[in-house]
Order: sequence, then structure tokens, then C-alpha cells
Amino acid sequence: MSADTPTPAAEPTNRSGFVKNAYEGLPSTLCSGCGHDSITRHIISGYWELGVNPHFVAKLSGIGCSSKTPAYFLREAHGFNTVHGRMPSVAAGAKLANNKLHLIGVSGDGDTASIGMGQFVHMVRRNLEIVYIVENNGVYGLTKGQFSATADIGSVLKKGEVNELPDIDVCTMAIQLGCNYVARSFSGDAKQMVPLMKGAISHNGTAMLDVVSPCVTFNNHEGSTRSFTAVKANDVPLHDLGFHPYFQTPEVELKPGEEREVELPDGSVIRMKKLAADYDPTDRMRAIATIAEAKAKGQLLTGLLYVNTKQNKPMVEHLKLTGTPLHALGEKECLIPQDAFEKIQNRWR
Amino acid sequence: MSQSSQIINDMSIQFATVNGSGSQSANNIITKGIFRMGIPVGPKNLFPSNIQGLPTWYTIRVSKDGYRARKKELDWVVCMNPDTLVEDVNSVQPGGVVVYNTDILPKGYTPTRKDVIYYPVPFTSLARDKVKDVKLRKMLVNVLYVGVLTELLSLDLEVIKGVIKDTFASKPKAIDANVEALEAGINYAKENLKKQDNYRLEKMDENKGLFLSDGNQLAALGSVMGGCTVCAWYPITPSSSLCESFIAFTEKHRQDGKGTKNVGIIQAEDELASLEMVLGAGWAGARAMTATSGPGVSLMGEFAGLAYFAEIPAVIFDVQRMGPSTGLPTRTCQADILQAVTLSHGDKRHPIIIPGGAEEAYEFARISFDVAEQLQQLVFVMLDLDLGMNIWNCQQLPYPTDGFKRGKVLTAEQLEKTKDWGRYKDVDGDGVCYRTLPGTDHARAAYFTRGTGHTEYATYSEKPEDWQKNIERLNKKWTTALKYVPKPVVDDKGHKVGIIAYGTTDLCMRESRDQMKREHNLDADYLRIRSVPFHDEVKAFFEKHDRVYVIDQNRDGQMEQLLRMNYTEGRITDKIRSVRHYNGMPLDARTVTDAILSFEKGNAR
Repeated sequence: MSADTPTPAAEPTNRSGFVKNAYEGLPSTLCSGCGHDSITRHIISGYWELGVNPHFVAKLSGIGCSSKTPAYFLREAHGFNTVHGRMPSVAAGAKLANNKLHLIGVSGDGDTASIGMGQFVHMVRRNLEIVYIVENNGVYGLTKGQFSATADIGSVLKKGEVNELPDIDVCTMAIQLGCNYVARSFSGDAKQMVPLMKGAISHNGTAMLDVVSPCVTFNNHEGSTRSFTAVKANDVPLHDLGFHPYFQTPEVELKPGEEREVELPDGSVIRMKKLAADYDPTDRMRAIATIAEAKAKGQLLTGLLYVNTKQNKPMVEHLKLTGTPLHALGEKECLIPQDAFEKIQNRWR
Repeated sequence: MSQSSQIINDMSIQFATVNGSGSQSANNIITKGIFRMGIPVGPKNLFPSNIQGLPTWYTIRVSKDGYRARKKELDWVVCMNPDTLVEDVNSVQPGGVVVYNTDILPKGYTPTRKDVIYYPVPFTSLARDKVKDVKLRKMLVNVLYVGVLTELLSLDLEVIKGVIKDTFASKPKAIDANVEALEAGINYAKENLKKQDNYRLEKMDENKGLFLSDGNQLAALGSVMGGCTVCAWYPITPSSSLCESFIAFTEKHRQDGKGTKNVGIIQAEDELASLEMVLGAGWAGARAMTATSGPGVSLMGEFAGLAYFAEIPAVIFDVQRMGPSTGLPTRTCQADILQAVTLSHGDKRHPIIIPGGAEEAYEFARISFDVAEQLQQLVFVMLDLDLGMNIWNCQQLPYPTDGFKRGKVLTAEQLEKTKDWGRYKDVDGDGVCYRTLPGTDHARAAYFTRGTGHTEYATYSEKPEDWQKNIERLNKKWTTALKYVPKPVVDDKGHKVGIIAYGTTDLCMRESRDQMKREHNLDADYLRIRSVPFHDEVKAFFEKHDRVYVIDQNRDGQMEQLLRMNYTEGRITDKIRSVRHYNGMPLDARTVTDAILSFEKGNAR
């Protein structure tokens, strides 16, 4: 090699030895400026920075604009674009077959709050180990702009129709159902969403992120409560967030009175810096009340709404699955031994 | 009574009781007693969709000739239900026998038929006198009729006692109480009833190597032995006991001493979720199944299409019951055949496997996982309520020695050696492509599974040529399936008339063919379909016969329709004669014989 040819700098890798490209995906086919594309970038940052091996991730989705996004991140992870509203049960099945898989599920407000509400509810109840993202824009984009069940009362559609039905608050619902990690964020707020994403990845059980993500084509006009302008104006962050993974200790000491921290099952820590008022995200009843109070004031409360540090058993533990992925079990583990097999039949004589 | 007029080991007995009154245990004791006497026996439980209070019947076929299907004519009835007593007395055929509880006669009614023999027994008061334990009285009144029949029909007392001992092995007190009631019944009959009929049971040796079990239990055992590791289900009659048996077998045989399990079972929130979980598991490489019935299959429609298009192996056990809608949940039929084959919108076809009896309920369940994984497809195993929930005679099951056939799955090592892998590339020409599982630690292992149009490399595509090529390749699997699904069973002696049947209809076919021979000198060949798609043998059977009767247990002749869809040539379709049974009762030989002979009598042979 001649002296004047510069050696190309080696592409940086994360702690698992992957370059960032392994966490990216195909170019998005969503509308230019779509909030969902920002969420995709935050998802990529979360996995890349934490150094999760993408080969052991399964990314799943339902149907809708949001559900197209798994094609746009983690190219080296198996993906499954399932059926409208039915991603949670497919994810549960995949986890049953291989308990070593890390699951991320992307859904929309149509998936979660309407057609797939039953699945969402039961996924939370089972405490499936999954990062469950709701890309929430209050509108059906792929069918060109009908209200979804998360649209606020009084919000106006592009065509002028006013929503008169109360919205379904998926965060309140998740908390009531016993979800152990419930956060809300805004697609445009990387500083908030990336730590929440990392917290969700580090959580063991269902971690729900409701991310308000304005639809630039069908819900970004005046009168919509989910336009970029409306969301920015009403966004009230609960705290400033920092995430410290278990493999890196925080550089600065916790400042009592100003900061709180919560330790996640893998030893990682989420640190919350007080903003207007102190907020304790481990108080379940307070969390539900705080969301309701903010809503009454027309505020969109964002941040880590609720986290349970003494969490319920996640699904795999509850089902007492063996450590070996079930798909890898062969004749030796599956067959009833011959003498026992014959005994069963003799009992029926 | 002369020796020659005796009817030995040839009768039907029906017990009319009230649901939830504990008669099941008594009926099982009689069935097993006759079975252990070595006499061919076939029981059917005709029960209501109710837990307690509605009428229920249990019928036992006893036949020295080995006919085990339900007999249409009733020789004996045991009347224990006041609400149906009149109807039950009238249901016995002339010359038959009526045992009835004199304590429950409807007001103003006395049985007056002159063409039957009566054995009146005051069962209720007898129970009051003989069964001290008030709580057990309601149950044991049924054992009193076991005692009466033991005496009247010469059942072997020691055998019956042995059955009682085995039945209540874990509750010694119950053994004593049952034996006491049994003896009270025997003594009552000895002291008060004079034998007037000609029926008798005598020991035979026809049940060597057999055991008694129901199809759901056997399909569950087959699933365990077929390596099924994931089960997701939603309770529905008549399929629930299949999954419950699977749970019971795996509790015992699929966990270590500390409770760690080699199986994952979820009772899902609905049938949508149960099939979807199964598909998630199949996608991730596990052998997975669900069991349901018609209403559940209807709900699973959308996901059956995804399974077909995304090429995910999965097994659905459809234990058929009477529909449409809620229908008759506790009555049998074969009316989901068309639905199963064609489930979901768009272009699709699913292979179905149809066990014809107990051994096949086990064996087809076991191999269904091989079929599903080798085809990367959804496979239906079509049971029905009769097979799933009734007691069948089953031959000793051989211990499986063939390994699991896991189909085309690439490991990271194999992938490393493969230069140009495409998830939907048909490299072998059989329509089945190579897949990788999530969690395969290789940079090229991942692919994107979707229900939308895609290329051979699993990328999204709306190109007409991509769609058409893919859907045509999927169609190749229909032919490939013939390598894996069970062939028909053919009994062809070169006669002119042929009969095609499938599933539980088989149970009455030997008897029906004997009747046709006896009554009309008709020799009919017989082919039993065991799967769709159809093997060449089915077509050949049509070619070789002048007339072919196709027997369906549904109103619309669903198998007949499938055959017509498959064989459109007039020279074949002109030969089809359709025989249809659809009242919810397990099919009997007489119904088949009468239907076929009514055609035949109008035909030159």
C-alpha cells in the first residue's frame, strides 16, 4: 500500500461487534416527514447503543402505516408483518418456540385500540416479554384519514368531521391491566424517547411505549389535536431522562431531591430529573390520576408514566419453560418412554 | 325357553338418564365389563349441551360379529328419566325389553305396549333403602341398574367388580359403596324379576390387544409423540378434552422433577389468538397445534390464509360438531370438510387428514406435524364429535421409531455454505422452499415474513409476474402433499358397485356391506378417503366401477362436491351417487344400507 493512500477508518462497532448498518433497514416508503420515521430512528439508536445482537431479535407488527416500519430497522433481525391487530399473539407464539428471542412489536392506534384491543389486553395480562410500541397518530392513515379510537374529543378531521367519542387512553389501560413499564413520548423528542426505548429493551416483560406521532398527510391541520403544532404546544414532559446501561456506571452521583432513579431487571438504571413537580413513576394510582388530571387540562403528559420495580412474573417464567428453545427439542425430549407409553395403554384396558 | 331361541352377544342397550346425575360412571362400568368379557362392544354417548338437568342417552352395541357402530334399532332400554320415559318406552323395537324405574312414572301413565317385555324396578326407593350415604344415593341409583342388568344378562360378576375396583382405585370407600349397590341391584333382580327375554351375554375372546379410549385423548397422545411442543387453545365443545389430555400427558411426561417444562401451553383469549400463537410458534420453528371445532375454525379464517401465504407449518385439529352457528354443540357431523380445505379468502388450499378410527386419531395426529413441517403449511386433522368424545376400540399402538421429519430448515452453518439463498426460491422444484428460523446467528439469516406480495427473496412486490409466479409455486405444494398425506384404504374385489366414505363412517361400513350382501346380494367394493388432496387411487376407483356411492355426514355432500371439483370429466361424475346423513347421530349401518339399496333397487345390475 502506498504511503499517500489513507487507510479507511474502520467502521465503528458496538459492544457486540456490530456496525450501525446492521440496525438500519430499507428506505422508508412512508410520507415524507412522517412521525413514524423518527420513531424508527430512535428504535435504531436504542438497539445500536445498547449493543443488542440483532440476530436474536424478532420484530413484529400488525397492519397499518406503523406496521410497515419493521422493514426499516434491524435488517439482520427476522421480521413478521402479521395481520391487523394480531401481532401480540404471533409474538407470544414466537416466544414460546424460542425463549431466547428478544421481541419488539410495532403497532398503531388502530391495531392496539380497535381491532386488536383484545390481543393487547391479554398480552399485557400475560406479561409477554416484548417492547410494544404504539405509533399513535389518532387517525387511520393507510385507508386515508378516518378517526381512530385514540382521537381526542373535539379533534377535527381534514374533511371537517369532528370526533364526538371519548378517546381510549392506551397508557391508562396498560397500567390498569398490570403492565410494569408504561411510557409516553413524542416522535419528535429523541432526547426523551431514546432513554425510554433503552429502558423498554432492558425491561423483562411487557414494556409499552405510546409514542404520539403526527400524521403529516391526514392529521396535521388546524383543529387536529395531533398535529405537530398541537402536540408541541401541549407536550408536558414529566422529567428529564437519562439511561445508564448495566455495563456502564453513571458518571455523576444522584442528586437527592432533584433526581430519582429506577433500577431495571438487568441492572440498568433510568434516571429522572425533576422538572416542574416531583413525579414518582412507581406509584400506580398516582400515575393514573396524573394522566387524567393532565388530560383534563388539555396537556399531553410524556415520560416514564409507570414502572414497577417489583414486577410480576414474565410469561416464560410463569409457564416454567425449559432453558432450551422448544423448537430445538427432539425425539429424546419429546417422546414418552416406551414403558410409560405402554402403561398408558394398559390403563385403558 | 329353548336354547336355540337365545340371542347371545347381539343387542343394543340404551340408558336414558338425566344429565349430571352420575350415570356416566355406571355406563362406563357396564361397557368395560362387557369389553373385559371379550365381547365386541361399541358405546355412544348421546348427551345434551348442558351441565345438569337435560335428558341424556348412552347406547351400547354388543355384537358377536364384531359390529361396533351404533345400532339403529333398540333392543333394550333402561328408563331412568321421568321426562323422556314415555318416548323411551316407545323407542324399543318390537320384541325388545324395557327396564324402568317405577318410582318416576309420569302421573297417570303405565307402560302398556304388548310387544315388549317389562322389568319394573323401584330404583329410587331401592336406593333409599340400600344406600345409606345420602350424598352418594343419587350417583349409586345408577349402579343399581348395573346390578339388575348383571343379573338379567348374565354379566360376569367378578369382571364387573374388577372394573369397579379399577375405576375407583384411588378411592377405596367408593369401591365398597359401588359394590354394595351392585349387589343390591343383583339381589333385587334375583328376588323380584323373572327372566322372560332371550338375551344373554357370554364370554368371548375377541378383544385381545385392544383397549378403550376416545379419539381426543388419542390425538393428544399422538401430538405428544409427534413432538408437538406448543399448544394454544380456546375451550370449545367437542374439542376441549383434546387439549386437556395434551396438558395432562405433558404434565406427566414433559417436565423434570422441578416443574420445568418441555412444552409451552397457553389457553388463549379466543380462537383468533390460539391459531396466531400457533403460527408464531411455527414461524419460530416449534411444532405447534391448536384444537377447535367449526365455530373456532370460522374465526381462524384470516390466519389460515396468512399461514398458506407466509408458508408457516401448523396443525389444527377440527373436532366437528353440528353447525351452522352454535348449532348442536354435542352432536356429530362431517360438515367442516369444505371449510377446512378452502379456509380463508383468496387463492388457497389446505391439506386435510381424516382419521377413520381410534388408531388413526393417534397416528394421524402424530404424523400431521411431519406433514406440516415438510410442506410448510397449515394441516387440518379432521375428527368429529363421534371420534373425539366417544369410546372406541383401539389396537395396541406401536412405539414410534421413525424420527421427526423437520422439513427444509437452514442452520447458520448450512446458510454459510449457501451462496444464493432466497426464502421463496423453489430450488427443489416441489414448491417447498428453504427457511431459516428467527434466532439464527448469521448475518444473512433474516428475512421479512409478510402476508403481502413478495419476491423469491422475500422483498415486497406488487409486480403481476411476481404474484402469479408465487401463487403458482404455492399450488405445486398440493401435488407435493400427496407424498406426505395418508393414502386411501381400498378394498377392491372387482365388483361393479363401489362405495367411498371417510372418517367415522368407516365404523358401520363392514356391517352395512354385509347387510347389502345378505338382503340384496349386492357386493360392493369400498374405498376410504384419508386425506385431501386425493391420491390417484381415488380416480382409479371411479374408473373401475359403474356406480360409486359417496357417503357424507353432512347435508350438502361436501366430500362429493370436492370430488366433483377434482374430477370434472362426465365419465366420472356421472357415476357419483350421493348418500347423506345429517341428523347429528353417529351413523349406523341400517341407514347406509337402506339408502344405497333404495338406489340399487331402481337400477339394473
